[in-house]
Amino acid sequence: MKEISCKLLVIGAGPGGYVCAIRAGQLGVDTVIIEAGKPGGTCLNVGCIPSKALIHAAEEFEKVAHMAGGKSALGIAVAAPTLDLAKTVRWKDGLVSRLNSGVAGLLKKAKVKTVQGWATFRDGKTVEVETETGTQVIRAETVVIATGSAPVELPFLPFGGPVISSTEALALSEVPKKLAVVGGGYIGLELGMAFAKMGAKVTVVEALPRVLAQYDAELTRPVLKRLGELGVEVMLGAKAKGLSTKGDALLVETADTRNAKIVADKILITVGRKPLTEGWGLDQIDLDRAGKFIRIDDQCRTSMRGIYAIGDVTGEPMLAHRAMAQGEMVADIVAGHKRSWDKRAIPAICFTDPELVSAGLSPEEAKALAGEIKIGQFPFAANGRAMTRQGEDGFVRVLARADNHLVLGIQAIGQGVSELSTAFGLALEMGARLEDIAGTIHAHPTQGEGFQEAALKALGHALHF
Amino acid sequence: MGEYVIKLPDVGEGVAEAELVEWHVKIGDLVREDAVLAAVMTDKATVEIPSPVDGEILWLGAEIGDTVAIGSPIVRLKVAGEGNVKGGTAEPAPRAEMPAKPAEVKSEPKAAPEPAEPPAKASSPVAAPKGTRPSSVTGVPRAEGEKPLASPAVRLRAKEAGIDLRQVPGSGPAGRISHEDIEAFLARGPQLARTTGLARKDGVEDIKVIGLRRKIAEKTSLAKSRIPHITYVEEIDVTALEELRATLNKDKHGAKGAEKPKLTLLPFLMRAMVKAIADQPNLNALFDDEAGVIHQHEGIHIGIAAQTATGLVVPVVKHAEARDLWDCAAEVNRLADAAKTGTATRDELSGSTITITSLGAMGGVATTPVINYPEVAIVGVNKMMVRPVWDGTQFVPRKMMNLSSSFDHRIIDGWDAAVFVQRIKALLETPALIFVD
Repeated sequence: MKEISCKLLVIGAGPGGYVCAIRAGQLGVDTVIIEAGKPGGTCLNVGCIPSKALIHAAEEFEKVAHMAGGKSALGIAVAAPTLDLAKTVRWKDGLVSRLNSGVAGLLKKAKVKTVQGWATFRDGKTVEVETETGTQVIRAETVVIATGSAPVELPFLPFGGPVISSTEALALSEVPKKLAVVGGGYIGLELGMAFAKMGAKVTVVEALPRVLAQYDAELTRPVLKRLGELGVEVMLGAKAKGLSTKGDALLVETADTRNAKIVADKILITVGRKPLTEGWGLDQIDLDRAGKFIRIDDQCRTSMRGIYAIGDVTGEPMLAHRAMAQGEMVADIVAGHKRSWDKRAIPAICFTDPELVSAGLSPEEAKALAGEIKIGQFPFAANGRAMTRQGEDGFVRVLARADNHLVLGIQAIGQGVSELSTAFGLALEMGARLEDIAGTIHAHPTQGEGFQEAALKALGHALHF
Repeated sequence: MGEYVIKLPDVGEGVAEAELVEWHVKIGDLVREDAVLAAVMTDKATVEIPSPVDGEILWLGAEIGDTVAIGSPIVRLKVAGEGNVKGGTAEPAPRAEMPAKPAEVKSEPKAAPEPAEPPAKASSPVAAPKGTRPSSVTGVPRAEGEKPLASPAVRLRAKEAGIDLRQVPGSGPAGRISHEDIEAFLARGPQLARTTGLARKDGVEDIKVIGLRRKIAEKTSLAKSRIPHITYVEEIDVTALEELRATLNKDKHGAKGAEKPKLTLLPFLMRAMVKAIADQPNLNALFDDEAGVIHQHEGIHIGIAAQTATGLVVPVVKHAEARDLWDCAAEVNRLADAAKTGTATRDELSGSTITITSLGAMGGVATTPVINYPEVAIVGVNKMMVRPVWDGTQFVPRKMMNLSSSFDHRIIDGWDAAVFVQRIKALLETPALIFVD
């Protein structure tokens, strides 16, 4: 097969890779992108998008089931609902494939050549791709590694049979009656709560003494409350040990070192994700590592000239929007622009129930940086819109330097607060002070008013609290 | 027809007198109202004196460089009508209102802090250039390692302009850097903006080059533009000379009991130059380069460049060829005192045919002396210091001194220059030769 030569070769068409390729194409850079699966990567195919689809379906079902239970305060009564998960998954797959072709179309529009297949480095400038029609050699001046990450497998609970990763969980054709979730991070809780809403009896096994351990206890409290309401059992400080001999239960050592057996149809392993650094010839180019990840500098350059790396393969936080920003930056750099990573905030969201957002610094980090800080926290219980949508749990919290009121971090927990991440990110990137947020008109009635009120409260004059 | 007297107005800032630095008019000129007549300079500002009336200049009361007391008459004008002088007398009427007022004060950047300055002074075209931004060094200083506060668009702009935002002071709240701050930074160029206690200064002080300074400027630029200088530097071992000098200085009284002047190195050098010039008379000359004539003088009149409070002057030791060592020393001392006290006469400050320049104790290893135009040679004395000298078997401490001498290459070839300096070197290193004919 005839060799391809190009200016920029992107390996992996996840959110980092495809954004990088589109941007490069727009900038007139001769770009080729290689993808073994469908464009969109983990995010689009087996991550963000499908999980949100499933979470939405679960939410809807739970609402109706709640109404059918005759407990609806809204006065809505319906007959007992049923859920055809196979159909839900087909709907979800439809969305995914629409987005797949959307990404493919965008790449094409940007004049990016897509090569379908598995890439392997031959050397720093040459990559071989196993395509359906044979081996394609591609030579490139610049290569961007955007190979992403994969779910971590536990050696004593290998994937297969009842043991599934998030990928399989998003493709189940029926709701498991009993679901054990190993790992109480955001993926485990998002999916665990969704399946609980769909009717599964869910048990979450977390080795740490807390779930969502990266967030402070105050922020995660409403999630814990909701887990209880949904009947999700949370075993903290408990270690998964393996599968029972019959394969129908998870063996667990509890916090008080008892052995317990959690009967489960499916065992979902969500103990984290690992960078995908194997199987594509990294050993051929021997890049410096930072732990498990590929080491990069503030321009996403690796230790080898002309090779960049972006996205999950480069480290935490493993978030699509970080990868996209990196991809865009690298494309600009390759096109000859001066750029370096200067982002102030990478907001993170847990699509749990309620949703949780954190942008910028946590209270602890803020204190460590600024010494004295001001904290303004406004509960949704005092927010009209939150009441009307029956989402009074949660709050918005703003952290600012005490000396100049520069906002350092913003968190929120509550229904639908994921959309507030936009405002939070903007405030941080623009270098807003408490006065800036307090002085901005926030439309009424919205949950976003809680943001303004939190800033006002930090300034010592909240209006509605 | 009447006469109108303009007196030097109070130019403010508590000054009692001002130096007249410029006349814009001369006697007989017709001037219109508000025409600038003169400029005076205080130690703080230059003030232009406008004419309050139309008229013809009859008299100017001062010359450029004169110091004039506030209130003294400086201009008399012939005006239509009555004027402000009674009966045509030269004395201004006592009740005459002070008509002139400062029109423009080029106030210095470091203007006196009194807030109650007359409004006329507020218009200060020199100190307040258009578009001057107030110092933007404000806001909370960023701690070491803290990220500069700026919106993504500002960051991008800085990146593309190659600016390190950490160096840019932010004028916004909490030290936020705005687009304007970037512009200001680009306009100013990089600087240490956030250092504590050090303030940026934007003022420019305009100093009139007048009087002696102007003379020096004219003379040196004439010399440097006309004369192709060749400068020759040689080191002289003055150990023996210094011993002799010390011996001579021990005996403070001469044979007749008169007090003898303390000998410096200069009289020895002067005598050595006299000797050397005897062999090379073309070095003791004035070159009239416009006429194309060299005036080679028999009399050796050695100018001694001397620093005074107002600037460089060159008193002249006349007829050095006819003066002995003591006489040279006495004359140098006398002239130096006269120059320093400002009592040197015009005659004493002119007429040199060759010049010595010495920075004295300030020393220096070498200088490039500027020839005292229209002379053709100048001998520069550098600082004497003890230096290790290789005597063939070992280093020995010797008192060494450099002579840096410049010559007019149009008249003096490098070879001649070297011969001259070498002759002086031989004389000074074996000082007895100075006194042997």
